[in-house]
Amino acid sequence: MSKIYDVAIIGGGPAGLSAGLYASRSKMSAVIIEKGKWGGQTATTEELENYPGSMENPTGPKVTERMKAQAEEFGTECLKDEVIGFDFSGKIKIVKLSKSEIKAKTVIYATGARPMLLGAPGEVELRGKGVSYCATCDGDFFTELEIVAIGGGDAAVEESIYLTKFADKVTIIHRRDEFRAAKSIVEKAMQNDKISVIWNTVVEEIYGDGIVEGVKLKNIVTGEQTDFKTDGVFVFVGTKPITEIAKGHIELDAKGYVIADEEMRTSVEGVFAAGDVRVKSLRQVITACADGAIAAVNAERYIEKNFEHITLPDAKKEGGWV
Amino acid sequence: MLEVDKDNFEAEVLQASEAVLVDFWGEKCEPCKALMPDVHRLAEKYGDQLKMCKLNTSENRRLAISQKVLGLPTFVVYKAGEKVKEISGAENCSPDSVEALIKEFIK
Repeated sequence: MSKIYDVAIIGGGPAGLSAGLYASRSKMSAVIIEKGKWGGQTATTEELENYPGSMENPTGPKVTERMKAQAEEFGTECLKDEVIGFDFSGKIKIVKLSKSEIKAKTVIYATGARPMLLGAPGEVELRGKGVSYCATCDGDFFTELEIVAIGGGDAAVEESIYLTKFADKVTIIHRRDEFRAAKSIVEKAMQNDKISVIWNTVVEEIYGDGIVEGVKLKNIVTGEQTDFKTDGVFVFVGTKPITEIAKGHIELDAKGYVIADEEMRTSVEGVFAAGDVRVKSLRQVITACADGAIAAVNAERYIEKNFEHITLPDAKKEGGWV
Repeated sequence: MLEVDKDNFEAEVLQASEAVLVDFWGEKCEPCKALMPDVHRLAEKYGDQLKMCKLNTSENRRLAISQKVLGLPTFVVYKAGEKVKEISGAENCSPDSVEALIKEFIK
């Protein structure tokens, strides 16, 4: 019979890595399955000034690399594979992978979110040709060039500040007359003379012949339409949950986020959710980590109540625990 | 997997008679780096059927821009000096989608 894990964690961002850490430290057998980059969205965030204890050396990739190493140190298995489906009908949950499957007593669904598209004409066609969703990936292409950033939340303002390391000028285009971003970030942006803001304005089209040349703007108060020449367009208009594979298995809200209670329990017994993928009011690294810890502890409680034994880890690894 | 740069791009990619796949990546592009082991595995598997190269855009920025590549990860297939197909962006570039792209150009 193939191995039955205590916890199968879907997604290797801060929520999943924290769940793995807590599960392993409770001597549960845990596996994290990640199809893309470990660290999730945090791996492409340069500044992580709002995560306690990360003031020095705070880059997203470094912090999440350490989170992964820490989970592995305590015995979490980190598996690079894609989850293509589930079978939650039995007491043992089945996670279907591209070429195999994993059996587990509990599942923690922590797939996170991905950047939302703006939805403007030209956006899809010019992706990788000046339209970007990742400042750390693509920022240095725009060295000494002029770019626009669209959005008004933390990501839009924070990433705009980061982009001034490369670009000569960053113009933030925001549909409202004030930012939603944290005040300290806004203050920092306003003091940066490479940043300017166009308020009450939406981008109606991104255009260019094989490469971004400009955007068509519309002021939503006056209705005035203008043409704005630019070399690059960074889109930070929010995120959407990654729940395509969860649909039909656990309850989601109208926007596709997983509905879970304070104990991270979803509509299916033994299946928990953690991090940005969950319905919640604040999506940050710190809340994702908290969710992961809570989910792991409740997975353990669920196993204690519903299964006779907790699978003991390999004896040879025992020495590694403190 | 052949490393191409501003000195050999013309000869190895644009002047090549056969189709060439180029992996545009960057040192600060985490999705690119996460994908790299899979790209190397695919190069081992298909290398004798399709020429595969990688280009570090952090060191060859102008070359990338001249190829109208300003976003990562991006995979481009060239034939007779022309771009014939490309995929771009972290969500669109997966081990599976890169393999599918390779298979499209295998004789």
